[in-house]
Amino acid sequence: MSTRIKSGGRLIDRTRKVSFTFNGSRLSGFSGDTLASALLGSGQTLMGRSFKYHRPRGVVGAGSEEPNALMGLGQGPTFEPNQRATTAELHDGLQAESQNHWPSLSIDVGVVNAALSRFFPAGFYYKTFMAPRAAWKHVFEPVIRKTAGLGKAPTEADADRYEHFYAYADVLVIGAGMAGLQAALEAGRAGARVLLVEQTPHLGGRLLSDEVEIDEETSDAWLSRTIAELQALPNVEIRTRLMGAGVYDHGYVTGYERLTDHMSDHMPGGEGPRHRLWRIRADRIVTATGAMERPLAFAGNDVPGVMLAAALRDYVALYGVTAGDRTVIVTNNDDAYRTAIALKRAGLEVPVILDTRDAAIGPLPRQARDLGIRVELGKGIATVKGGKKVEAVEICSQAGEGSVLETIPCDAVAMSGGWSPVVHLWSHCGGKLVWDTDQSHFRPDPDRPPTGHDGAGFVLTAGAASGALHAADTMPDAVAAGRRAARELGFTPSDTTAPTANAEAEEPLQPVWMMPAGASYKLRSKAFLDFQNDVKVSDVQLAAREGFESVEHAKRYTTLGMATDQGKLSNINGLAVLADSLGTTIPQVGTTTFRPPYTPISMGSIAGAARGPLFKPLRKSPMDDWHDANGAVWEPVADWRRPYTYLREGEAQHEAVHREIRNTRGNVGVLDASTLGKIVVQGPDAAKFLDLIYTNMMSSLKPGRCRYGLMCTENGFLFDDGVVVRLAEDKFLCHTTSGGSDRVHAWMEEWLQTEWWALDVYTANVTEQYAQIAVVGPKARQLLESLGGMDLSREGLSFMGMAEGDLAGIPARVFRISFSGELSYEVAVPACYGRALWDLLMQHGAPLGVMPYGTEALHVMRAEKGFIMIGDETDGTVTPHDLALGWAVSKKKQDFIGKRALERPDLIRPDRKQLVGLATQDPATVLPDGAHAVAGSNEYGGPKTIGHVTSTYYSPTLDRSIAMALIEGGANRMGEVLEFPVDSQTVIRATIVDPVFYDKAGERQDV
Amino acid sequence: MLRLTCPYCGVTGEETEFHPGGEAHLTRSGPGATDEAFRDYLFQRRNPRGVHFERWHHQYGCGKWFHAARCTLTLEVFGTYTAQTAVIPEHIIDAIQSRRPDWRPEA
Ligand SMILES: [Zn+2]
Repeated sequence: MSTRIKSGGRLIDRTRKVSFTFNGSRLSGFSGDTLASALLGSGQTLMGRSFKYHRPRGVVGAGSEEPNALMGLGQGPTFEPNQRATTAELHDGLQAESQNHWPSLSIDVGVVNAALSRFFPAGFYYKTFMAPRAAWKHVFEPVIRKTAGLGKAPTEADADRYEHFYAYADVLVIGAGMAGLQAALEAGRAGARVLLVEQTPHLGGRLLSDEVEIDEETSDAWLSRTIAELQALPNVEIRTRLMGAGVYDHGYVTGYERLTDHMSDHMPGGEGPRHRLWRIRADRIVTATGAMERPLAFAGNDVPGVMLAAALRDYVALYGVTAGDRTVIVTNNDDAYRTAIALKRAGLEVPVILDTRDAAIGPLPRQARDLGIRVELGKGIATVKGGKKVEAVEICSQAGEGSVLETIPCDAVAMSGGWSPVVHLWSHCGGKLVWDTDQSHFRPDPDRPPTGHDGAGFVLTAGAASGALHAADTMPDAVAAGRRAARELGFTPSDTTAPTANAEAEEPLQPVWMMPAGASYKLRSKAFLDFQNDVKVSDVQLAAREGFESVEHAKRYTTLGMATDQGKLSNINGLAVLADSLGTTIPQVGTTTFRPPYTPISMGSIAGAARGPLFKPLRKSPMDDWHDANGAVWEPVADWRRPYTYLREGEAQHEAVHREIRNTRGNVGVLDASTLGKIVVQGPDAAKFLDLIYTNMMSSLKPGRCRYGLMCTENGFLFDDGVVVRLAEDKFLCHTTSGGSDRVHAWMEEWLQTEWWALDVYTANVTEQYAQIAVVGPKARQLLESLGGMDLSREGLSFMGMAEGDLAGIPARVFRISFSGELSYEVAVPACYGRALWDLLMQHGAPLGVMPYGTEALHVMRAEKGFIMIGDETDGTVTPHDLALGWAVSKKKQDFIGKRALERPDLIRPDRKQLVGLATQDPATVLPDGAHAVAGSNEYGGPKTIGHVTSTYYSPTLDRSIAMALIEGGANRMGEVLEFPVDSQTVIRATIVDPVFYDKAGERQDV
Repeated sequence: MLRLTCPYCGVTGEETEFHPGGEAHLTRSGPGATDEAFRDYLFQRRNPRGVHFERWHHQYGCGKWFHAARCTLTLEVFGTYTAQTAVIPEHIIDAIQSRRPDWRPEA
């Protein structure tokens, strides 16, 4: 059983007890523990259930590579699933729960999956989807939903705060083990601005567990001296709990900093942020990310108590915790002997070291033998006995098929299949790998790094991350990386002799991808390659047999290396089995793509401060406060909010809309039109330019007059519209849709700068500089005249005219334009006067019965008049001619944007969808928006769609429903009755009519 | 995320400060163009593995459009230059050839 041993544990403080809960039970550990070490110390070896088969699982590693011990941490607004127990720092009050168990961790019905595992082979999901629909609905889905999934999603909003943080460094060093510290020191001494980041809370990496002699000092002495020197350098910054998450183009790096997760007194949403996403630009990046130990693939390698060899000695050295009292070591290399020696020295039993090699003659095996440990050569594990914990191992010959030679009782197994450099960050942005035959791993190819803006490589690797696994090689590699990074940036690094690191020499490893080499199917189907996704040797072999030869296909078919593993523990072993099945080599198979982030980062850190009102800043008109205080029902319009209607006590929304329409048509209404886009186009060539931008002729517009204009894309499709006012010979004001002002302004600038730069024209987007109010209805003139200051009579300001002057002392431009068909003025004043003018209109209009109206009344009134709305009647495939707006497309102009396209055969087809009006046969029935008209049958025998409804309302003016639609050949179908099937029972019938439903002659607006 | 230098305001900024505008040096086909020429202008784009000329807009900066000569394979940026030119400037050609001696501008 796992337990806390009497002594040792350099990271824990035995005087400070910490209490926490695991699945509701109260447990305790020490300050400095990780959740994993505290659980092991409490005898809790079983930490979770596997994803697919719900097999009992314990912790395998001691760091970020951990695939099994994933926990839900916190609760309610602080709950977060899928957290690694190995990297979660223990603190008072920590609440942890295991995942994938149902109903409980020790009794799990899902384990039945394991008994049925032959029915859950590789590609199970794909094959299941092919099963009859009923089987999926009634059998597979309910079971899978109940049992699958990595953790639960939080049910409450995250109470914490997060932020983004921008940083710059000449040299960014990722990882603060021996290599990272030394590389940072070299670059720092040379004068480079260095940022050294370490994902754990501690500097030193493997030196904390594995003592090394450096320049005749202990590694601890070297560590304190080196850290002190780094801290003294003003150009070096060291940050712990900050993981290098991703490397991107041109030296862009994301870092993930966890600021409060280890604190017991952190109040969510309180003083500081919980996580920070660092957005770093670095000219050179040194990845000193170390190496990861590989598991071995033998039957039962997933039984709780089977762990990576180095992790086992980490738990002893760092936390004073052991996975068991009797640990069997199984290895293909010398390094794992360090675990045997460490355990033995800690007073624990090591019954046997199983070494697959034929000889073990290096200093480490010698030390182990000297300590009296039995070493068996050429041997491996046939199978691990035990369910929820290791009970014994059955030994076999590695070269054979798994005949059991001896059964050895034990409660833990330390396995080591060799080490692979952590190449993720090197690979994220295109760094290439090379297969190292001697060490049986992929390592970065220094000749093919990711390249930056100048074409030079910007990522270097240092130490074990380069493949320099042995301390004696790690140190010079790190020195070289730090100096090279500095030199490439123009600094002068030191050329003094590099420090010398000494550790016991190691003999070469023996590549072992399956144990034993000739394992039967029975053994192979219990030998796990990917613990997290429950992928076994037999699954990868099956995938290869079924033709998934590409590594990327095999990965997706089997789910090998997916989810949070991302090519960590499962990577090389899986590739090796695939290569073997395909009869090829590992370098031939290659690796899957390494994608950022290195380990999962919180969604909160990605969002940063962009939550709630800061997610998308809201644009408000100068009259926003008034609307808010007077019953506005808000509607989002592009980045703005606009009143949809102004609700009165006891009114339903549609009643309010109808009241506003009746009052506007019968009396006077005011609309806040400030959101309309306003672009000033000025210069000697302004008219010429607008002739190119608009389909209409704008150069013929007289100063002081207004004209409705259309804009097309080069494809000939309508993309914005609005009234253009000629303010002066060389100055135009172009109104755009509310959502279109930025787009149209950018469009004008793009054409001016990149195509017609010879034109002498300037543009300015003045949308927010003006407040604009539409005063609409038969009493509109009376209301404005009561303000005084301008002649707004029929003669003084005719329809489609513009006047400038002072209205009630406020500088104003008045446009006599109408989007409702009524007598209508739009008054533009400097934004700061907007509220004052609005208040004056309300005050002076009170005796006239003035009412504000919202966007819905605006929409209904324009539809009654058959006016189109960009985004309703247009969808990016509609031409002006489709909307019967051919009158606004100049035939005289030689050129305008879209002119050539409008000549294309497809755009002049007579049977294109064209704008029509619709009158439902039952006047009370309002067609649903977007309803399809059908006639005849299509090529598949179903009903053929001949068009769709684009705008549809109940008109209080006409007391009936009205609609507009785009219908194939609609212009020539006047009077036809169309069918709109809106659900399986209902067909709505509507007659094609003129889209101008109200005041066709336009008499009401021209008075 | 690329780093680009705006040739107008001189700012070297993050890619998120700029907006990409597709292939540079297209010739506009207007009224009178054949269907084929117009189709090519609207839709046909080069997608080379190597040297490429792109339009960029300094959207959250000075608001100017410019061109960048860039290698799509290595992400090397050979230079940026004004969008108000129909031809690739000599100094950009030199910069590319100093890094890619075999490269020649298309006729
Ligand atoms: Zn700029």
